Amino acid sequence: MAIELPENVMVSRLDELASWCRKNSLWPMPFATACCGIELMATGAAKHDLARFGAEVFRFSPRQCDLMIVAGRVVMKMLPVLQRIWLQMHEPKWCISMGACASTGGVFDTYAVVQGIDRFIPVDMYVPGCPPRPEQLIQAIIDLQDKIQREGTITGREFDTSQRQLRKRALVDVTGVLQVDAARNPVIQRELRFPRSESRLP
Amino acid sequence: MAEAHSKDTVDSRADDAIESLAARFPGLESSTYRGQVRVVIGAGVALEFFTHLKQLGFNQLIDVTCVDYLEYRGATRRYGLVYLLTATGTGRRLTVRLFVDDPEPAVPSISGLWRSANWLEREVWDMFGIRFIGHPDLRRLLMPEEFLAHPLRKDYPLQGRGERHNFPVLTREDG
Amino acid sequence: MAIAPDQVTRSSSSGDGVREEDYLWTLNFGPQHPATHTTLRLVLKLDGERVVDAMPEMGYLHSGFEKIGEHLTFNQYVTVTDRMNYISPMANNVAWHHAVETLLGIDLTPRCKVIRTIVAELARVSDHLLSNGAVGLDTGAFTFFLYGFYQREVIYDIFETLCGARFTNSYTRVGGVSHDFTPLVIEKIRTFLRTFPKTLDDMERLLTRNRIFVDRTKGVGVLTREEAINGGATGPVARASGVTRDLRKDEPYLAYADYDFQVCCAAAGDCYSRYLVRMQEMRESIRILNQAIENIPSGEVNVGIEGRLALPSKQQVYSTIEGTISHFELSMSNRGFEVPREESYAAIEAPNGELGFYVVGDGSEVAYRARCRPPSVLHFSLFPQLIRGHTLSDVVAVLGSLNIIAAELDR
Ligand code: SF4
Repeated sequence: MAIELPENVMVSRLDELASWCRKNSLWPMPFATACCGIELMATGAAKHDLARFGAEVFRFSPRQCDLMIVAGRVVMKMLPVLQRIWLQMHEPKWCISMGACASTGGVFDTYAVVQGIDRFIPVDMYVPGCPPRPEQLIQAIIDLQDKIQREGTITGREFDTSQRQLRKRALVDVTGVLQVDAARNPVIQRELRFPRSESRLP
Repeated sequence: MAEAHSKDTVDSRADDAIESLAARFPGLESSTYRGQVRVVIGAGVALEFFTHLKQLGFNQLIDVTCVDYLEYRGATRRYGLVYLLTATGTGRRLTVRLFVDDPEPAVPSISGLWRSANWLEREVWDMFGIRFIGHPDLRRLLMPEEFLAHPLRKDYPLQGRGERHNFPVLTREDG
Repeated sequence: MAIAPDQVTRSSSSGDGVREEDYLWTLNFGPQHPATHTTLRLVLKLDGERVVDAMPEMGYLHSGFEKIGEHLTFNQYVTVTDRMNYISPMANNVAWHHAVETLLGIDLTPRCKVIRTIVAELARVSDHLLSNGAVGLDTGAFTFFLYGFYQREVIYDIFETLCGARFTNSYTRVGGVSHDFTPLVIEKIRTFLRTFPKTLDDMERLLTRNRIFVDRTKGVGVLTREEAINGGATGPVARASGVTRDLRKDEPYLAYADYDFQVCCAAAGDCYSRYLVRMQEMRESIRILNQAIENIPSGEVNVGIEGRLALPSKQQVYSTIEGTISHFELSMSNRGFEVPREESYAAIEAPNGELGFYVVGDGSEVAYRARCRPPSVLHFSLFPQLIRGHTLSDVVAVLGSLNIIAAELDR
């Protein structure tokens, strides 16, 4: 039996509707550590005006946000903080890695800098550049909106990124002896206490 | 050099200080390079020396740092500490060098004389592992507490020893 | 308003059986907090709203700059110095190559000196705009911040015309700069100099006598002259406490000796005077810029090819044999230039204070040790002393007025 629809009613999948709502009201959490943060500020400021794309509501509390923008290099001392903030954010959530440093370590291939945050947290969108221009960041946000519309969060397709992440992790060359005192590292301790799966232990 | 025209005056003023220091601490080695006067002292007289310098008017400690001479051709001692002092009244500058060696390099702390020495010495401890005896709070300044190496030593590699990737991985499922 | 910390503790311990721990509470501030502007952490001990003590912690952006300096050549390392104090990168470029040239004993051409002076002063203006803007932002003056940020965009634009990058400029080279001034750049700077004083007047009218702002900054975070000297404070922070020291006057480098300008000082040493000193310094920078831009000497901008230091121009490479040889020698990894086996320290008056580099040369083109003397570290170490006895809301005002930049703090 066909259902008669009035003219002003459209049928859509719930998933699609939810994605549509989500993509147009992204609330970014600026995790700005270094120079890229200045460009992030410029993106939000008068000239470039991120508000045109519905993503200007910067909130500094992870509980309120669904898009983390990591702008700048993340170093050893900062990574546990980053992971904690990521865990504090509610699903659905996305992550943009802004700049060469956040994506790959950039010019800082040194003992203290994490060579790409995607080794430790999932990343949806990478923005190249040192620093990326504000226009590039805006482009990344538009692309992310596309991605949200395409993938949704109900199908679980975004979990693909974890597979990719694991593959990249396998390439990590951990040479020599570990110099970190595991007994005093809170994140490692938590990992040991609540092991989740074999493959993810460092 | 830009300050070529003021070089002579700087030299002579600094020379006065050196003369009075040499009278007080016999056997002081001093040298000049591009108008910068440097003196080398031993760890034993350090505290007395710096107290005296402070009385001479060198009231600001600009920097404390260190150089690891492990791979420096012809160097005999391993760590060379650098103290940069300024007299804000006259604008004189003085560089004081102090050499120490492995194992357990240690020098007296001057944080009692200049407050600025406090953090600068902590940084040297963090980066080079030189102990400052008498320092009120000798903790790491820049690296995390659980870090074990001293990264600016020459035998520590630029890319580290894998510490930077010694973290648990969070994936989508963990959210 | 301010209560000395010892008073607080005395009154507490005299009460019967009430111990400090019973009512003092600890607040963690940072490292990811919007009001810190950068990544630093404070652990505050509070009695109600009053700060009894503060324990600053840093290192959340330590990326091993000094270690990299031991692996990159003198010309390459300039890219890394850009990322040090990222709100005034030009000043870092100038500081780094000033130190290297001191070590090598290079005499710059007059044109280069003036050009470097101009870019360093532009960097000072853009730094002060942001740091004062941040103080305004934290005390509730958002418009003021936007005014400042708009002018920063103009300066970014000048730099972009000059060398192609908005703020990671990497502009200087050993013995010269990467791009000479073009008429377009000079025109843009002139326009900026014409329009900027008006904005500056507007900004002053907005904030300098604004009751809320004055109440929140006057008498807050007082640093006395003795403490400033003893704590190693330099730059605007020291000058706001009455230390009359400015390297541009005391040890004139580049072309500063030729210009007429004043050293801006204040006596009170509180957040408000630090704000005033920065405001006034921008006016003095404009004065320097006005004198400099109209008197740029003609001639070469880089030192000549005899010195074998700066890359010769394309014209020279293609048309003269000396140019070709010089280009070839400089590009070969085993040639390069002569570096003495010596060490030296040279500093400039960066917007934030004395920014110096201690460079050790070991005969190769790569520094054996490249120590950066960051002004922020010593300013941040003064923080507990400045905040004791004030309220929690003053923390951001004091932090903002010290202008702490994490990348320079941690390197
Ligand atoms: S990518 Fe470049 S601009 Fe961005 S944080 Fe890294 S060094 Fe700074």
